[in-house]
Amino acid sequence: MLVDVGYFALLLVLAATVYAAALAVAGARLNEPGWVESARRALLGAALLLTLSSICLLILLAGNRFDLEFIATVTSRAMPLYLKLTAWWGGQAGSLHFWAWLLSSFGAAAMLRDWRQERAALPYVIAILAGTLAFFVSLVVFVDNPFARLWQSAATGEVTVAMFPPPGALAFAPLDGRGLNPLLRHPGMIIHPPLLYLGFVAFVVPFAFAMAALITGRFDAGWIRSTRRWTLAGWLFLSLGLLLGGRWAYDVLGWGGYWGWDPVENAALMPWLTGTALLHSAVVQERRGLLKRWNLTLVILTYGLVIFGTFLSRSGVISSVHAFAQSAIGPLFFAFIAITLLGSLGLLWRGWDGLADEQPREGWFSREGAFLLNNYLFLGLTVSVFWGTVYPMLSEAVTGSQITVGPPYYRQVTGPLFAALVLLMGIAPLLAWRQASARRLGAALCLPLAAALMVMFGLAVAGLTSLGGLFGYGLVSLVGLSTVLEYGRGAQARCRATGEGWPKALVRLITRSRRRYGGYAIHLGVVLIALGVIGTTFFQIETQGRLAPGESLTIGRYTLTYIGLDEALAPDDRIVTTATVDVAERGTRLARLYPHRDLYVRSGQPMTIAGLHSDLAGDVYVILADWEELSSAGATFKVYVNPLINFIWLGGAVFVLGTLIAAWPERRRAVARSVAAPPAHRAPE
Amino acid sequence: MQPTPPIATLPVARRKAQPKFIIGGVLFAAALVLLMATAFTSTAQYFYTVDELLAHRAELGTRSVRATGAVVGDTITVNPETLEIRFEMAHLPDEREVTDLAAALHAAVVDPNAARVMVVYVGPKPDLLKNEAQAIVSGRFAADGVFYADELLLKCPSHYEEAAAGTPAPHTLTGAATPAP
Repeated sequence: MLVDVGYFALLLVLAATVYAAALAVAGARLNEPGWVESARRALLGAALLLTLSSICLLILLAGNRFDLEFIATVTSRAMPLYLKLTAWWGGQAGSLHFWAWLLSSFGAAAMLRDWRQERAALPYVIAILAGTLAFFVSLVVFVDNPFARLWQSAATGEVTVAMFPPPGALAFAPLDGRGLNPLLRHPGMIIHPPLLYLGFVAFVVPFAFAMAALITGRFDAGWIRSTRRWTLAGWLFLSLGLLLGGRWAYDVLGWGGYWGWDPVENAALMPWLTGTALLHSAVVQERRGLLKRWNLTLVILTYGLVIFGTFLSRSGVISSVHAFAQSAIGPLFFAFIAITLLGSLGLLWRGWDGLADEQPREGWFSREGAFLLNNYLFLGLTVSVFWGTVYPMLSEAVTGSQITVGPPYYRQVTGPLFAALVLLMGIAPLLAWRQASARRLGAALCLPLAAALMVMFGLAVAGLTSLGGLFGYGLVSLVGLSTVLEYGRGAQARCRATGEGWPKALVRLITRSRRRYGGYAIHLGVVLIALGVIGTTFFQIETQGRLAPGESLTIGRYTLTYIGLDEALAPDDRIVTTATVDVAERGTRLARLYPHRDLYVRSGQPMTIAGLHSDLAGDVYVILADWEELSSAGATFKVYVNPLINFIWLGGAVFVLGTLIAAWPERRRAVARSVAAPPAHRAPE
Repeated sequence: MQPTPPIATLPVARRKAQPKFIIGGVLFAAALVLLMATAFTSTAQYFYTVDELLAHRAELGTRSVRATGAVVGDTITVNPETLEIRFEMAHLPDEREVTDLAAALHAAVVDPNAARVMVVYVGPKPDLLKNEAQAIVSGRFAADGVFYADELLLKCPSHYEEAAAGTPAPHTLTGAATPAP
């Protein structure tokens, strides 16, 4: 019953989206507002129906309905309820269904906004959202259907998967499902995929508005203003998803790292890069009426990369440790990307002349010049990551043998580009629009530069020999201080102008221009993340050793002492072997760690959990690598020291906080005023 | 319906692109290409199957290469003192020719005629290193014909998802058949 309701709801969604797209465009062309309104309601209805289908699937997931192939694959009786529910996005069919549901909800939210200002754009926004939704729903209905059941042929005993009973077959229900991979049973892994999907899906909305603006010939920054919050939300979710993915890898995969330049990681990084570029260059269009073509190109690229990212992670075309199943959806995705890319670039071409700059560009040495360089760097990063990701496919298609690149390639290419971006982040806010003053820039940079040189000198005297590390620390000191000074200068000016005290002036400064100072908070978060990346990239140390109880090994300034081993059976069917290890720093005991290895008995899958001692100086990361089965004679440990790594997570928190400040709605009256006022009179960002 | 541009964006005087921005863009693009080409030529690796790996062994010398194959479970040994892992990797056909990865891995391991190469890797034993896992190794041959990997990635199809649209592997399913409703 639930199975049929869920499935037929999907069929109705498919019909509703096709109806909405067709009727919206027809209504706009033939000037029939009633048709457009009907299309809008169809899209709202599609969201309701998809929600109904989702509820059905969730009830089935919770109810151990192993006669459904998807549910038998991703859940098992022993799994707790929350894991059964989150298995919705644990397999291919479910995750596409989830993607479609998110898109329909976002689409409905966009339909419910106030459209009086932008009535002309509405039909095309409907058509693009409905078209994208129709594509994903048809994948779910025709290719990867989570409601498909298992059938056993009465004659041969063979088990097949189909929505409707094949002739002469009986419904087949395994006694238990296979269950979610233990590696994925981690809180970070439970919210990491939905965050990435939220980010991906949110970027579809700015794309729809941008295309609607192109079709209706509204070449001003209207689409940017209408979708600024969507872009920021998508960007925030992607950032969070990337951060949590890194944290999950660090906690669960036991290799002491957090980012491996795997194709699936790259797939999520690329739209983030172009989205970040868009957030910056949008400011230039709002303020100066420049870079219109560029911004449209970026939103098209971001949308393309979102679909491409879903395609990469879901089609198995590229070898990845995120080994999802191979499937037939590859060519369909490819066709969809090609059509949307060609269509949107065609629209851009048609509007090309109307999208010229409204004012002359003065020169490179200006705020807009810095923004442009920022965009070049982000796009350069995207191109180099894209090249490394798809080159294996291309080389195989052209020469027949696959050529791959690994982390060393990415480190070599992205290192200088990221360093340049960080440097630019410290300088750009000090540049004036149109024409910057070298004297003023010099004065503002004097102190940070001196501080950076002192840091580098101090570290060199202290015996730091890595040139990259030295320059890295100098760079983050320069940029960090220059950003903090921006707050200082602003607050000081306010103090003088209003007579407010320092703390009050600082808070007012931030709340009065949230976009600007929220943005700088994001920059500070990036500086902290950079600090952690430099620490772990240049100064990670590792060692390994076999210890008998009571013996110690030394790594850097830490000493590890092996105390003993313990084996226990956990309630959810796993054998947990735990080692007890004491960590001391220069003779002072810091902590007792319990690195363990869990063996999931049923699947035979082990899982290594590191013992971790964390503080701001860095992590001591201990892995129980091996042990003597029968005696407690000894155990082998692999140990990493990751200096400054916690600045990555700390910086991530500052980053998210900054994004929230920048995205937080202005007070209602202020919003009403800014909508009514022409763009030129809006408060500076 | 002809698009009607709102007042604010009525025809803008068309300007010639300024040379300093074009020159800047070209310089940036050139620098990027140079950076990518340098990194690429020094780090790119061929990605071979075991058959191809053995066929190219002579010309490879000690150049770094990436290869994939099926882990033969019986051959895995671990030296607990040094954490040196040794295992044999059997030839697995090109991914594009494989529809059911789990079955192909099984076939590769049980086939006595499949080419094999001995792989050595030093590090904690990865959780997924087991019989009929797919290994992706990156490293180089030593003079003794052993492949020394400095990177070892593993894929285990049975623990993610089996072939998406295919038949679920019957041996993993035990259950009761009931008449179709």
